[in-house]
Amino acid sequence: MIELREICRRFQMGDQEVRALDSVTARIESGEYVSIMGPSGSGKSTLLNVLGLLDRPTSGTYLLDGRETTSLNDEELAHTRARKIGFIFQSFHLIPRLTAFENVELPLVLAGVEPQVRRPRVQELLESLSLEGRARHRPNELSGGQRQRVAIARAMVMQPAVLLADEPTGNLDHVSGAEVLAAIEGLNAKGITLLVVTHDAEVAGRARRHIRMRDGKVVEDINGHA
Amino acid sequence: MRFRDLVQLSLDSALRARMRSIMLLLAMTIGVAAVIALTSLGEGARRYVAGEFQSLGTRLVVVIPGRSETGGVAPGLLAGETPRDLTLSDALAVQRLPGVERVAPLVIGSAPISAGALEREAPVMGSSADLLPVHGFRLARGQFLPPGELSRDTAVAVIGDNIARELFPGRDAIGRNIRIGDRRFRVIGILGDQGRMIGMDSQELVIIPVSAAQALFNSESLFRLLIQARTRDDMYRVRAATIEAIKLRHQGEEDVTVITQDALLATFDRIFTALTLTLAGIASISLAVAGVLIMNVMLVSVSQRTGEVGLLKALGATRLQITALFLTEAILLSVAGAVAGLLVGLGVDWIVGKIYPALPLSPPVWAVVLAIVVAILSGVVFGLMPARRAARLDPVAALAGRR
Ligand SMILES: Nc1ncnc2c1ncn2[C@@H]1O[C@H](COP(=O)(O)OP(=O)(O)OP(=O)(O)O)[C@@H](O)[C@H]1O
Ligand SMILES: [Mg+2]
Repeated sequence: MIELREICRRFQMGDQEVRALDSVTARIESGEYVSIMGPSGSGKSTLLNVLGLLDRPTSGTYLLDGRETTSLNDEELAHTRARKIGFIFQSFHLIPRLTAFENVELPLVLAGVEPQVRRPRVQELLESLSLEGRARHRPNELSGGQRQRVAIARAMVMQPAVLLADEPTGNLDHVSGAEVLAAIEGLNAKGITLLVVTHDAEVAGRARRHIRMRDGKVVEDINGHA
Repeated sequence: MRFRDLVQLSLDSALRARMRSIMLLLAMTIGVAAVIALTSLGEGARRYVAGEFQSLGTRLVVVIPGRSETGGVAPGLLAGETPRDLTLSDALAVQRLPGVERVAPLVIGSAPISAGALEREAPVMGSSADLLPVHGFRLARGQFLPPGELSRDTAVAVIGDNIARELFPGRDAIGRNIRIGDRRFRVIGILGDQGRMIGMDSQELVIIPVSAAQALFNSESLFRLLIQARTRDDMYRVRAATIEAIKLRHQGEEDVTVITQDALLATFDRIFTALTLTLAGIASISLAVAGVLIMNVMLVSVSQRTGEVGLLKALGATRLQITALFLTEAILLSVAGAVAGLLVGLGVDWIVGKIYPALPLSPPVWAVVLAIVVAILSGVVFGLMPARRAARLDPVAALAGRR
């Protein structure tokens, strides 16, 4: 469960202050499927970064599963991130020198999970995303859709409660995009909280709840299919 | 993170960035190899000289004519006197001193040696039967100078193996006659390849009785007097007694220098240790250069991999883990460089040893330890700054590829 209260994120650009997030208040229940839309520069990515604990709000409170996060130190933030949050990025962010398998394995490696425990888990995830034949391939040997599915597997391997996707289909063609969406929607169906930032109304339309932002503010928050 | 995974990840990264890793390896290798090879050289020279002294025999006291005082000019010379020669009668007087086991007088010169139509120039050494045990020469065949009165001028010679082969190619030299200068000598022994004196190779040497040499070079004076004391402890007493005895014989003038072997050895030891340290210092500069290179290359690597660092943070990596990853990479490279440098350094030693067998090179243990410790330390020290810079990156900016 996510609860934001009057979250502000301001950037100082020379003598000008940019309000990337301007008093955002929202509550997202576990298992929700939320789309976030809005013009460029409206604060969508900033919101996602704050939700993912990659960025700290300038003011306001953010409760994750009932726990206040703004007072956590770097180390605690890292641990919370590792256990509770999965990220998917527009540009995949796979490590080029590692194979698909190793990329997916990485969060488990960082968490110190034993090889005999993590290997079957990675294998299983790759299979569930139809990537079992690509385990030994490096990112540059994979199509965009495959790369994004590897990234999804990596985001899921720690079994997080929340999946944050920043324009996950932005770099993909229609077919691959649909595959990727189907994959993350399948995860949502199993209970994960899913937030998708997108410019694509069709993609956004598949969510059950729609948030629209402008100038760092939430200007629309509709529950139910449009 | 498990240690093995940490090493694996760092190793992966090092192996992937091949050019960068090769550069670092090379720098570290050169640094360590330089330290190993140069200190080996210094140490080898030290041991070579020590060996030379050892071959002079232990318990050795050497009398050198002339006063060599640390003050510079000899007092006798200031008074307008020339130092008296060291003579055979001095040798006989010393021989009677308590604690003296053997005395070998030395006369050294160079003369043409010939047999039949073959002739060559060779160093000629005049001495006595005692030279063999005192100096540590080995005989290959035949006999050494016969014992007896120092003043007996017997026309026999012991010659080096090379001389024997040159003058009597394909024949045994023993029993044959040679001419040294205008005198005839009978060859009674051949020197083995053991036993060297500084700057003198026993294989190129001709040894004749001291009186014969004095006659040959038409000089009464001795080049050196080698004294072997009965025990190591006697050595210092013999030194003092020798100075006294010769002073008495030289009208109260202390006009000889008497040194004990270990004093000489200690002096050379100090000189060569200083030399080795200097070489180590010079070589260390290349280690330091390698360290700075590691730092710069790792800094470039960090800035090239900001996206990766951002991703690691998004995946929940702590600052400590990111520091550890980059630091481990630097350490792995410097350790590999140190090992490679050690091998290259030892390889250089081996090759030099093949070319100059007389100068066996092996690095002093402290230099090996030091080179490796310094290499690894520089990996840590110079790797730490880039690693911490990576760990401090802001994750959002890093993910966006900004710094
Ligand atoms: N590190 C930063 N420093 C200064 N300004 C920033 C920084 N990050 C974001 N901003 C500003 O904050 C505002 C919101 O940025 P954000 O990236 O959240 O927009 P966005 O909605 O994701 O846009 P897009 O659709 O183009 O991705 C923008 O005006 C941006 O310029
Ligand atoms: Mg954005």
